Amino acid sequence: MTEQRKPETPAGRTSEGAPASLTHGAGASITMPARGPEPQPRGAVIRGNHPIDQAEAAKRFMAAPDHLAMHDQRLWDLRQKRDRQKDQIEEWEDLRQLASDIKTHTLTHLDTYLEMFEKNAKANGVHVHWAKDAADHNAIVLDILRSKNATRLIKSKSMLTEECGFREYAAEHGIEVVETDLGERIQQLDDEAPSHVVVPAVHKLRTDVAAVFAKTMGTDPNDSDVIHLAAHQRNHTRPLILSADAGMTGCNYAVAETGSVVVCTNEGNADLSANTTGLHIVSAGIEKIIPRLEDAAVFVRMLSRSALGSPITQYTSHFRGPRKGGEMHIIFVDNGRTDRLGLEKFWTSLKCIRCGACMNTCPVFRRSGGLSYGATYAGPIGLIIDPTFNRHKYSTLPFSSTMNGSCTNVCPVKINIHEQIAGWRQVLAENHEIPAFKKSMMKAAGMLLASPRLYRASLPLADSALRHLPRFIVYNRMNTWTRGREMPHVPKETFHQWYKKNRGRNGKKS
Amino acid sequence: MRVGLFVPCYVDAFHPEVGQATLELLERFGVEVDYPFDQTCCGQPMTNTGCHEESRATEELFVRNFSGYDYIVGPSGSCVNHVRHNFDAPEQTDDVRQVRARTYELVEFLHDILKVDAFPWAEFPHKVTLHNNCNALRGLNIASMTELREKQYSKPCDLLEKVKGLELVTITRPDECCGFGGTFSVFEEAVSARMGQDKARDQSRSGAEYVTSSDSSCLMHQEGCAKRLHLPTKYIHISQILNGARA
Amino acid sequence: MSTDSRTAIFAAIRANRPNIQPPLPDVPLFDTDAPADLVPSFVTMLEKMGGSVLEAKNSDPVAALRAAITDKGIIATCVPELHGDPSLQIRTIRPDMTPTSLADVEIGVVRAAFGVAETGSVCLTDDELIVNTAGFLPQHLIVLLDPKQIVANLHHAYNRPEMRDHNYAVFQTGPSATADIEGVLIHGAQGVRSLRVLFCPATAQ
Repeated sequence: MTEQRKPETPAGRTSEGAPASLTHGAGASITMPARGPEPQPRGAVIRGNHPIDQAEAAKRFMAAPDHLAMHDQRLWDLRQKRDRQKDQIEEWEDLRQLASDIKTHTLTHLDTYLEMFEKNAKANGVHVHWAKDAADHNAIVLDILRSKNATRLIKSKSMLTEECGFREYAAEHGIEVVETDLGERIQQLDDEAPSHVVVPAVHKLRTDVAAVFAKTMGTDPNDSDVIHLAAHQRNHTRPLILSADAGMTGCNYAVAETGSVVVCTNEGNADLSANTTGLHIVSAGIEKIIPRLEDAAVFVRMLSRSALGSPITQYTSHFRGPRKGGEMHIIFVDNGRTDRLGLEKFWTSLKCIRCGACMNTCPVFRRSGGLSYGATYAGPIGLIIDPTFNRHKYSTLPFSSTMNGSCTNVCPVKINIHEQIAGWRQVLAENHEIPAFKKSMMKAAGMLLASPRLYRASLPLADSALRHLPRFIVYNRMNTWTRGREMPHVPKETFHQWYKKNRGRNGKKS
Repeated sequence: MRVGLFVPCYVDAFHPEVGQATLELLERFGVEVDYPFDQTCCGQPMTNTGCHEESRATEELFVRNFSGYDYIVGPSGSCVNHVRHNFDAPEQTDDVRQVRARTYELVEFLHDILKVDAFPWAEFPHKVTLHNNCNALRGLNIASMTELREKQYSKPCDLLEKVKGLELVTITRPDECCGFGGTFSVFEEAVSARMGQDKARDQSRSGAEYVTSSDSSCLMHQEGCAKRLHLPTKYIHISQILNGARA
Repeated sequence: MSTDSRTAIFAAIRANRPNIQPPLPDVPLFDTDAPADLVPSFVTMLEKMGGSVLEAKNSDPVAALRAAITDKGIIATCVPELHGDPSLQIRTIRPDMTPTSLADVEIGVVRAAFGVAETGSVCLTDDELIVNTAGFLPQHLIVLLDPKQIVANLHHAYNRPEMRDHNYAVFQTGPSATADIEGVLIHGAQGVRSLRVLFCPATAQ
C-alpha cells in the first residue's frame, strides 16, 4: 500500500518555512537557518537511583552550538507566538482564572466526577478500567490486546504511556507499537525519550533526523530536506497504520457529564489511531477529568495557544463511544497522582494540561534540552512533579531553575510553578535530599549571617580583596564563578566601612 | 518619615557606591535615613537553597535591625521580595509582619511612596537599556510582564524618563532572566553563565552604552559575562543615575 | 485487578483530597464582540490555519464541487450533493465499508455539521462521515458547510447538540500539519494534505 506520489509541497510554500501568513500548528514564525551536521548531544546519564546530574547534561548540550542555537530560537519563537495569541484574546486572563478554578474544583471533587464519567461512559458502551500504577496499566492494555489477538498497535502521542514505560513493555511482550506522530516516531526510531511534552524531537537538528531515518528506514543520510523527511515518515508509516490491529490514544480531557474523551493533535494521530482499527484504547490520568463540555471550551481555547501559539490544534477530536462495529476502552491511571493530591503545597500541580508553555519560556530548559532532566517530565513542570515519582533520583531537579517566575506567568491553569520549585527545595533540604556539602555550607552561612561581628570579620580586607565571592557563597572546593564570567571589580572599602568613616555619628546600632 | 537603609550584602561588599547613591538620593528628598550598623543579609541565600531553618536567625536579626522604622528601603528587588514574600522562618509576630510590610525596593519607594516627579540634578546623556530583576518584576510587580495580558507600565522607566538626556532602548528579550538566580550562579554555573552571556550580547546589540537595573546582583553577573565576552557595555545601578551620576 | 485498583484509587482520593469546597465557575460565552456575519471571520481563520475556500462561481456550489473533483483520481463522497459514479471514479461511502477501504481515495467530500468562526474549524461527526476514516484517510478533503451553521467561538461550539449526540466528532481545522522537525511547517503529516471549504446550504441538492 506504499504511496507512489512524490513528496509534495503544499501550494503557496517555498521549500522551507511557512509563509508569514500561516501561523498554525507548530510551525515556526521565523526562518530557521540551516545548521549542522553536528553530533547530537544526548541526555542525562542515568545511573540507577543516583540523583540526576542535570547540570552535567546541560553543559554537554551547550557544547553543541548548532543544537543549542536552534533549540533556543525555536522554543523562544513558540513563546513569542503564544504571546501574540494572548494579545488577541481580550478575555485571556479571565480564561486562565476559569481554567484554574475549574481544575481546582474538579480535583477537590475528583471521586464524584470520575464516578460520573464511568457511569456515562459505560452507558455509551465504553469499557472502563482502573490502574493503580504503571505496571497495572501495562498489564491491562496487554490483556485487551491479547483478547483481540492484536499484535500491531498504532498510537498517538501520550505522555502517560511514556510515564508507564509502555513502549518497552509492549516490545517485551511481542506487541509492535507504531507511533504515528512525526516527532514521537523520530524519538521511537532513535530509541530516545521525548524531550518535550508537545514537540518531542525539538532538540534534534534536521541532520540528526536524516541520520535516524537513514539507519532505520534506509533513506539517504545526506538528504536532510525537512519536507522529504516528513514524506518518508508518512510513506513508511501509512502501510503500518493500515494493517494495524488496534489503536491507542492519550486523553487531554475526559468530560464527566458525557463520558467522552477529547484528544488534541495537529497531525490527526488520534483520529487515525481510534478509527482505523476496530479497537480504541485510551490511557488517561485520573486528573484529566473535567466536569462539563462547556469546561472543555475553556481548555481547548487555551491549550494550543499556550503550547504553540496556534489558535487550536488542527484536530480536536471527541470520542464518546466506539465506532460502529468497534470497541473502546479507557484506562484511568493513578500512578502516584492520588499521593500528589495529598501534598498540601504541591497538589495543584495536578491542574497541569501538558501544554509545555513553561518549557518554552524557561531559559534553563531552552539552554539544556529536555533530556538533560533525565525524567519523563522535563522543564519547570517536571521539576515539581518528578520528585513525586522518586524523591531521591529527582532530588537535584528543583535546583535546575533560577525561579524567575516566567513559567508561572505563562501557565494557562495558573500553577504557581516557581513557588512550588522553592517549596520542593525546602522539602528536599529538610529530608536530607540535598548534598551534605550544600547543607553544611548553608548552616555555616546561616550562623555567620546571624552574627554581625562574625560576618564583618569574615569579609576579606580590601587589599586581599575578595578574590572570590564572599565565602558563604563559595564555601566549596571550587570557585565556579569565573568559568564563564569575570569577577566583579573590588572596591577599596565596603559600604559599611565608608558609612562608619563618613557618617558614623548618625549610625544606629540595634 | 524615618527610613531604615537596607544595604544587601552584595551591595555592601561589591558596590558600596550603590549604597551611597541610595542614601544620598533619599536624603535629597528630605527623608531621615538611618543605617542600622548590625545588618548583614536578608537570609535569601539559605532559603533559596531550601534551608529555611538555617536562615531563621539571620531573618530574626534583620527584624531586630529594622523594626520601628516607617519604611525600610533597599536597592535590590530580589532581597526586598525575599523579605516581603518569603520571610517565613521566623515566628510571624507583629514586629515581623510590620517589617515585612514596610520593606520597599528603592524604585517602588520613589515611585509609589515619595511619588517623585523630578530629578533636577540628574542628567545622563547616554543610551540606556533597563534590566528588571525577576523578583522585582514578577514578585514586586515594578513593571508589567510580557507573559500577561495586562496594561503596560514600568515604574523604573517612569523614573528614568525624568532624567535629562537619557535615551531608553530595548533589547529583544527584555523579560528573560539573566541567569544569576542567587546560589544558582555557582551551583549551576554553566547554564547561569550562558544565560548571562546571551543577555549581555542582546544588550550589546541594542546599541545601549549602559545597562541599568534596580538590582546589583543581576548587574554584577551580567557585567562579569559582558567582560568575559569583551563587550564594551557598562553597567550602573539605577540609584546612581537618579542621584546624578553622569557616567 | 481492575476492581481492586478501582477501590484503592477511590479510597486514596477520598483520603488525600484537599478538604476545601471551591465552587465550579459558570463559563461565559465571551461573545459580546462577535460580528453579525460570521462568514468573513471564519474564512480569515480558515486561511490562517492552512485551509482554503473553494469558490463557487455563479452561486452554484455543486458545479464548483464537480469542477474541483473532475479528473482528480478516486473520489469518495458522503454528501447527497455528489452521487457515486463508477465511470467517474466517484464512490459513495456506505456504512458497510471497512475503514481502510478509503486509503486509496484522492479526494474525500464530506459535510460539516457546523463551523467555528474563532478558529476556522469545521465539525465533522460520525453521522456525516458515515465511515469515520473518510475525514482523514483521503489525500485531500472538500468540506461542505452551510454558512448559516457557523458559531462565533468554541464556547458556542461546545453548546451544540452534536457534541453530546455523537460517538465521534472532530473539530478539524485546516489540513493535517506537523512542524516537528525544526519548526518547518508541513501539510499532510498523516491526515489530509489539504482542506477546502465549500459554502453550500444544507438544503441544496
